[in-house]
Amino acid sequence: MWIAEMPHPEIIAGGGAIVHAVEVEGLTKVYPPAGKTGKPLRAVDGLSFAVAEGEVFGFLGPNGAGKTTTIRMLTGLARPTAGSARVLGFDVGSAITPIKKRIGVAPEASNLYDELSARDNLVFAMQLYGVPRPERGPRANQLLARFGLAEKRDAPFASLSRGMKRALTIAAALAHRPQLVFLDEPTTGLDVMSARNLRRMIAGLREEGVTVFLTTHYLEEAERLCDRVAIIVQGRLVALDTVDGLKARINRKPGIEVILADEQGVTETRGIESDDIAAAAHSMLAGAAGRRLLAINTVRPSLEDVFVELTGLSAQAMLQEKGGKG
Amino acid sequence: MSRSTGGYTLLTDDLRGLVYIGWKDLRAYYLKPPNISWGILLPFAFMLAFAMRNPGGLRELVPGLLGLTILFGTSSMEAIVITFERRTGAFERLLLAPVRLPALLAGKMLGGMIFGLTVTLAVLVVVMIAFGTDGVNWPMLFLALLFSAVAFAALGAFVSVTVKEVFEAQTLANFIRFPMIFLGGVFLPVTSMPVALQVVARILPLTYAVEALRAALGQGAGSLLGVDLLALFAFTVGLFLATVWLLARRLA
Repeated sequence: MWIAEMPHPEIIAGGGAIVHAVEVEGLTKVYPPAGKTGKPLRAVDGLSFAVAEGEVFGFLGPNGAGKTTTIRMLTGLARPTAGSARVLGFDVGSAITPIKKRIGVAPEASNLYDELSARDNLVFAMQLYGVPRPERGPRANQLLARFGLAEKRDAPFASLSRGMKRALTIAAALAHRPQLVFLDEPTTGLDVMSARNLRRMIAGLREEGVTVFLTTHYLEEAERLCDRVAIIVQGRLVALDTVDGLKARINRKPGIEVILADEQGVTETRGIESDDIAAAAHSMLAGAAGRRLLAINTVRPSLEDVFVELTGLSAQAMLQEKGGKG
Repeated sequence: MSRSTGGYTLLTDDLRGLVYIGWKDLRAYYLKPPNISWGILLPFAFMLAFAMRNPGGLRELVPGLLGLTILFGTSSMEAIVITFERRTGAFERLLLAPVRLPALLAGKMLGGMIFGLTVTLAVLVVVMIAFGTDGVNWPMLFLALLFSAVAFAALGAFVSVTVKEVFEAQTLANFIRFPMIFLGGVFLPVTSMPVALQVVARILPLTYAVEALRAALGQGAGSLLGVDLLALFAFTVGLFLATVWLLARRLA
C-alpha cells in the first residue's frame, strides 16, 4: 500500500497538543572495541530530544559527534545500545518497517545506481516503496524538473556531476512522498551554485509540510534553514533551541560597527556593544569628526559565536577537520 | 503507543521488493551483452576441451556441463553484484527500503537465478539439437535446474556477505567452485573416485545438481532424484539462513 492512501498515523502524544515526528529518549550507541586493546566507543551518549512535525530540524556538530550514528539508529541501519526512539509514532526497535515506508533518507554519499539513468533510479526508488505504476512516470519527471535534471533524464547516474548526483540522491529520497526526510550533510563538497539550489529546495520542503531532519557542519546553512538546531558534541546534546534562542543564550550584546576613512584613504573599523544601538551610533559618529564615514553596520551574535562558546571548538577547525576527511 | 501493521501488508511489501530488486539487478548488471556471451561461451569452451581429449564421451558430459553452466551463471555475477553494492553504499538503499532482510536477499538471488537459468537454457537448446531428446524427463529436468539455480544463488549470496572487497568475492567463489568442478562428478563419475574423495563430493552441492540432471536426462541408472533435490534444498536453506544471519549481525 502506498503512503498517500494510508490513514495519517496517530502520532499525537500525551494530551494531543504536541505532535512529534521524532522522539528520542536516552538514546545511546556503544560500538565494541576495534582490536583487543581498544576501548568501546560511545558514539551516541544518552541523547534526548524531540522533532516537531513539519519543522526543519538541524543536527549540528563536528565530525565524529555522532550525527550519522543517530540517523542510522532512527532509520533502522543500527540498533541502539540503550534508550528508545520513536519515529512518526513507531518504535524503531519493534516497528521499523512501517517507519521505513514513511521516511526518506539521503545519506552523505550519493549512492544511487551508476548503471541506471536518472529517471530509472527514481522509478526504482518508487517501485521499492510501492508507488503505483501510473504515478511513477509523472512523479519522476516532476522531481527531475524540480531538481534541474530534466535534461539529464536518460543519462546514467555515473555520468552526472557531483552536484547533480547529490540532487538526484535527495530527489530519490523524496520520490515516495515521505512524511519525514533525513538529509545527511546535503551540501558538503558542493560548489556554491549547487549548494544554493539545494538549500532552496530544502526550504521548499517545509512549505509542503515535510519534516526535515538535517545534519550539517555548516553553521550558516543551519542558521538559514533550520527552525531549531541541536548541537551535539561527542555524542551528547549540548544545546537545543531555535537559532534566535541559541543566540540569546550567549553573553554578547548587539553592537554597532562603523568604518571610517581619513584623508589619505586609510580605513579604520571601530566597534561598540550596546543595547541601545541608536545611542551607540551617535556616540561613535561624534568621535569620528573630520573623517569620512564609509559604513555603519549593526552587529549581532551569529550562530558561529554560539557554537564556539558552547563547544569550545572554532567553526573553522570543524570545517578543516571535515575537509581533511575528504 | 505502538501500532500494529498487518502481516499481509508486510508480505506484499516484501514480495514487491523482492521482484523489483531482482528485476533492477537484471537490468543494471546481468543483461549486458558481454555477460551473456561470456556465460554461454564458458560451457562450450569446457566441452571443446573435453571433446578434443575424448570425442566419444561427449554425451555423458552433458549433465556435468549443464551443472557447471548453472553454477557459474548463477553465482558469479551475483556474488560480485552484492559485494559491489555493499562497497559503493548502494546496498544501503535496499536496507532502508520497507523490505525485510530475507526478501531483500531473495531479490538479489532472483537476479542471479534468472540469469543462470537463461544461460543454461541457451546451452540446453544447443545440446538437445546435438544429442537429441531421447529419455529426457522434462518435468524432472525443470525441477533439477530450478533447485540447482536456487542453491547456487544462495551460495553466491553467502559468498558476498562473508567478504568486503569485490576481488575477495571472486577469490572465495572460485575457491569453493573449482574443487567442485573436479569432485562434483562433472568429468569423472563420483562412484569411480576413491572413497575419501567420494565423502568430499557428498558435501558439495554441485554433486547433487549433476546427479539430478543426469537422472532427468535419462542417464542416471537407478539414481535417487528425490534425494538429490532434497540435498539441494538443504544447501539452499542452510546457506540462506547463514547469509541472513551474517548480514543482520553486520547491521547491529
